[in-house]
Amino acid sequence: MPGETTLPAEAAPRLPALPAWLRARPEYLLSPLALLAVLLLWQGVVRSGLVSVYVLPAPSDILAALAEGLQSGLFLRHGLVTLSEAATGFAAAVGAGLLIGALIAEVRFLERAVYPYLVAIQTMPKIALAPLLVVWFGFGPMSKIAVATIIAFFPMLVTTIAGLRDTNQGRLDVLRALGASPWRCFIAAKLPGALPHIFSGLAIAVIFCMTGAIVGEFVGATAGLGYLIVQANARMNIPQVFAILLVLGVIGVLAYAGIQGLRRRVLFWDKS
Amino acid sequence: MSTVLEAARPAIATPRAAPLIAVRELSKVYPTAKGERVQALSHIALDIAEGEFVSLVGPSGCGKTTVLRILAGLIGDYAGSVAVRGRAHCGPSREVGVVFQDANLMPWRTALANVLLPAEVLRLKGQEARAKELLAMVGLAGFERKLPGELSGGMRQRVAIARALLHDPALLLLDEPFGALDAMTRDTMNVELARIAAASRKTVFLITHSIAEAVFLSDRVLVMSPRPGRIVEEIAIDLPKPRGLDIIADRRFADTVVRIRRLLDGEGTAQLPSIAH
Ligand SMILES: Nc1ncnc2c1ncn2[C@@H]1O[C@H](COP(=O)(O)OP(=O)(O)OP(=O)(O)O)[C@@H](O)[C@H]1O
Ligand SMILES: [Mg+2]
Repeated sequence: MPGETTLPAEAAPRLPALPAWLRARPEYLLSPLALLAVLLLWQGVVRSGLVSVYVLPAPSDILAALAEGLQSGLFLRHGLVTLSEAATGFAAAVGAGLLIGALIAEVRFLERAVYPYLVAIQTMPKIALAPLLVVWFGFGPMSKIAVATIIAFFPMLVTTIAGLRDTNQGRLDVLRALGASPWRCFIAAKLPGALPHIFSGLAIAVIFCMTGAIVGEFVGATAGLGYLIVQANARMNIPQVFAILLVLGVIGVLAYAGIQGLRRRVLFWDKS
Repeated sequence: MSTVLEAARPAIATPRAAPLIAVRELSKVYPTAKGERVQALSHIALDIAEGEFVSLVGPSGCGKTTVLRILAGLIGDYAGSVAVRGRAHCGPSREVGVVFQDANLMPWRTALANVLLPAEVLRLKGQEARAKELLAMVGLAGFERKLPGELSGGMRQRVAIARALLHDPALLLLDEPFGALDAMTRDTMNVELARIAAASRKTVFLITHSIAEAVFLSDRVLVMSPRPGRIVEEIAIDLPKPRGLDIIADRRFADTVVRIRRLLDGEGTAQLPSIAH
């Protein structure tokens, strides 16, 4: 410290000293600044008439559409529809993925019989099933739940199987040497050991089930944010389309953050 | 040769008590992925008397862990017979506590919860106090609530030892339990293990790479040949017990260590066939 006072004047920092948190994480200042710069540039380009407002609405128009959609309760009403479809699909996908994944990983003959087909289906774009599912389950929420379930199911299934296969044999030996039952081995060693994989699956599934619900609504629906996007698109209400995309983005980030928060609580012992 | 070594043979012929473990004609072949067969053990015979401390030394890959896993009931398809208290041994038993080469702790359980694992599996009630005592005994008092990820390798191994003792097994199987420890902690743990074995009158079967450790702790040391593993020599250690670390300075101690060292280095190879029968 005393050394600092003897420094020549030119060496003194020209900017006012930054607070400690900012010096540690400069991105907290830099990323909002970058966003602001992009938005200003965007606004300028659109206002100057270089790009048609029907192609790219100005940020100010999008914000106006967002405020309007939020105030009128339109986004909330349709958002809740999409959210409940996605959440139901998520729950179904997680339940089915864990159960079937555990069965396939634990029952040797099931693995031999079923796994090749699962790999085949896994390589298929399941989103292509959406029109068929709407025919089967109708225009109501059921078909959207079905699409969300199917596309969120596979990441859950694959990660559950991978996690259970990755079981640490040494920990199993400890339990087996005590005469532990297969069920006990599953509960006390295999399942907890598979959780890091399973949480990767959850993080993917939570995003996929939103996608599934939206695509289901694109194909045919009477409510939901996907339905709203199709409607706004048809009316060339492009600012509203962007506003809904923004809402979807926020929902996605919150859902993902929720899973990561849960992960930190459950996997307190996992340092990776 | 020193007198320590003279009594080598009679140990099997006249066991001091009824053998807790009797192994006869034990052979083990591992099938490998390529369809080859790895002969890990070949016609092993060994007795372990109740209360006896027996060590097994041998070169890496000679089949020591295989013997231990068979005794622990973790390997079922072997040839020959393994009897515990005269009854054919099949599968794991609550009479046995095992410490493996790796600590194999559950990383999501605290040290205390790891020590309590056998109580959960065997449905023993009210073992908390005993688990804490065991942790204190292995020098980990105050570390009860730490996760394995917060402990050093040696500390983890000590938790594993406490865990193996929780259900008070008659037979303790140890597979190089101190391999990961530094020399000083290792000495301390050896003294501690000798004390535990004597105090709780446990039968101990120890696999180790350290000849000095084997001689220091054991009533008998079994020496295995390279794969396929056979027991080529059996050396009774008649140094008086309890032994302190100062026994290392004892002439007979040093002689025994050198003798086993020679056997392992292959200097004794020429005489192996005669010893094997
Ligand atoms: N599951 C297995 N499948 C095939 N071969 C095996 C298996 N386990 C052990 N082996 C082989 O059997 C032999 C004996 O192995 P084991 O683990 O018993 O040796 P070890 O004496 O304990 O060695 P170390 O001192 O290095 O621990 C080795 O050659 C090993 O390659
Ligand atoms: Mg080994």
